[in-house]
Amino acid sequence: MHGTSSILPLRLEALSFAAGGQRLIDGISATLEAGPRTLILGPNGAGKSLLLRLCHGLIAPSEGRVLWGGRPLGEAWVRRRQAMVFQHPVVLRRSVRANVAYGLALVGVSRRERNKQAEEALAEVGLSALADRPARALSGGERQRLALARAWALHPEAMLLDEPTASLDPAATRAVEKVIAAFDMAGTKIIMTTHDLGQARRLADDVLFLHKGRLLEHTPAQQFFSQATTAEARAYVAGELLW
Amino acid sequence: MTRIFMWLLAASFAAVTLSAGARADEKFITVASTTSTENSGLFGYLLPAFTKATGIEVRVVAVGTGQALKLGERGDADVVFVHDREAELKFVAAGYGVGRREVMYNDFIIVGPKSDPARVVGTADAVGAFKKIAAAKAIFLSRGDNSGTNAEELRLWADAGIDVKKEGQGWYRDTGSGMGATLNTAAGIGGYTLADRGTWLSFKNRGDLAIVVEGDKRLFNQYGVMLVNPARHPSVKVEWGQAFIDWLTSASGQQTIAGYKINGEQLFFPNYKPPSS
Amino acid sequence: MALDNFGCGGALMSDFTEAFATAARLVAAGDPELVAIVLLSLRVSLSAVLLAAVLGLPLGALLALARFPGRTGIVVLLNAFMGFPPVIAGLVFYLLLSRAGPLGSWGLLFTPGAMIVAQCALVTPIIAALTRQLIEDLWLEYREQLKSLGASRLRAAFTLLWDARLSLGTAVLAGFGRASAEVGAIIIVGGNISGVTRTMTTAIALETSKGDLSLALGLGFVLLTLTLAVNGATQLASEALRRRAG
Repeated sequence: MHGTSSILPLRLEALSFAAGGQRLIDGISATLEAGPRTLILGPNGAGKSLLLRLCHGLIAPSEGRVLWGGRPLGEAWVRRRQAMVFQHPVVLRRSVRANVAYGLALVGVSRRERNKQAEEALAEVGLSALADRPARALSGGERQRLALARAWALHPEAMLLDEPTASLDPAATRAVEKVIAAFDMAGTKIIMTTHDLGQARRLADDVLFLHKGRLLEHTPAQQFFSQATTAEARAYVAGELLW
Repeated sequence: MTRIFMWLLAASFAAVTLSAGARADEKFITVASTTSTENSGLFGYLLPAFTKATGIEVRVVAVGTGQALKLGERGDADVVFVHDREAELKFVAAGYGVGRREVMYNDFIIVGPKSDPARVVGTADAVGAFKKIAAAKAIFLSRGDNSGTNAEELRLWADAGIDVKKEGQGWYRDTGSGMGATLNTAAGIGGYTLADRGTWLSFKNRGDLAIVVEGDKRLFNQYGVMLVNPARHPSVKVEWGQAFIDWLTSASGQQTIAGYKINGEQLFFPNYKPPSS
Repeated sequence: MALDNFGCGGALMSDFTEAFATAARLVAAGDPELVAIVLLSLRVSLSAVLLAAVLGLPLGALLALARFPGRTGIVVLLNAFMGFPPVIAGLVFYLLLSRAGPLGSWGLLFTPGAMIVAQCALVTPIIAALTRQLIEDLWLEYREQLKSLGASRLRAAFTLLWDARLSLGTAVLAGFGRASAEVGAIIIVGGNISGVTRTMTTAIALETSKGDLSLALGLGFVLLTLTLAVNGATQLASEALRRRAG
């Protein structure tokens, strides 16, 4: 029915979120187009993870709205076309392949097809050899790649990633970044948060800079890293602590 | 996942229904009787003879007399076989039971510690013995469970003119349990109690207890059997229940009752007398 | 004998040795009455636990995930019912299943079926309450991921149940412990009828009331051994599963 419609661009309109009397996200408006890898940057507590969850629909905003391709999150097909990967992936107590197949079962893929597609996704992230292993036995980096495979198997139009390598060692980080780059090459819109400046420099095409719940800058990456407009952004890029 | 759940649900309901209720093709009756009768071992001896003669299985639910009569009143048994004449006659008068017959008797005995603190040994008179126990304030255990034995005990206190509720402080103890449990307690703390001979003869935990008074006609324990009134409970198995009652009071049944012995001693004395026509 | 006071550990030990010997004799002889009693006990307890698990696991999981007014009250009630006095359950079911009661025409009274039903009622709250706590804790961890993947609450409940299966095994064992140890309910609704509704625990109660303490204790040893065997088998099975599933 909505097979040919796109959920991009993602538009945030005066998005706000308050909890415990505090405004944690304050009036954020932005449009994220298909194509560039968008990284959301900012010091800890800036509201990056919160913003991502609002976009994904895990939390409802206090004010404003989130529109994917002009459609609100209430529509199920809109939610289906985006997948999210968390900092600490939740891995079910079953085999690696079964974990990927689980996501496919939820969207109604038949049993035979599920395993086939699961194996294709695992091949994409380089986990084919571990398909029959208990997922709990995997290392942190391998688990994160499993989460990526699980999300990839759903063929989302956009992938939201919340600090996916924050808990990983450099080798695992590299492996995950490689997978993300491959997904981007295949045409998936990447929206990712990170507090790692180095990673941001490596991956970003497009930057959203958050500070204390407000969107201070939305600029192409090159410009952000060389000549950010706001003082806070410049300080951040210089490696200073912001509060 | 839901499929596995559904299978498990089906399997468990099958398990319950297969082991569940009595099937209509099984030939049995439910007899409500007392723990003392069951504990005496009589049923283990008597019922196989009945089943052999008639092919009817007898399932005995052994509880206190009060509870047995309640089961009959509620239609949960086909036949009631207890030993409390007063209560049985009330049962029939209230319309819960029909066709009552007196089947057999055994007797009660008073047991107590060999040291006999109340000096009752040698008394042939049960009421007199009770008076002595009260006077000495010797520990006395009562079943207090509305059983036939309990009813007999209370009658003896009444005949002795003693109000155990008022005068029993400190020495009169209410165990609220069956005969075996009460005997256990009596053996344990060295007290007197009224017991039926049947339970006593099979009781293995005597400790320091011995019979102190026996033979008084007042200790006579009459057993009666009744059919639960089918007019009240159409589910009663009238034909088979009546067959049981008839057999108990037949020559063969009465002989079998007399044949039951523990350590060579006869326990129950058949005394059915057909009504003079 | 058994009620001697202090310093008579010797008397207690001789009671135990006598009981142990009785148990060994019965088991070695393959006493048919003992076999029948053991089989009935297993049949009643295992059926009751199976039924209680089928009812209690989903109930606990759904309660863990659901939010509705009065939920706290239900949780408290469920927890409290873990300690529901078996003898009261027996009385309630007797009144229900009696010929004079609403379900009398089912003819369940004084049959193993009644015992299974009564024990199931006692065990279900145990399984449900323990499941609820386990699943609620797991939900905190899994919630975002499952929501992100698009699982409905109902679907999530079953996913969590499967993922928690090793811990839930212990909850079910707790239920089995209660069922195999209980006597108050089954003696009322079963009637302790020889050869029909006499189980290990009701037989022990009977022999105790008859004063045959060594037989009662001996039967008790057999029952404990049985319970140990079930628990041992379950532990081995769960360890094998853990190795397979991680």
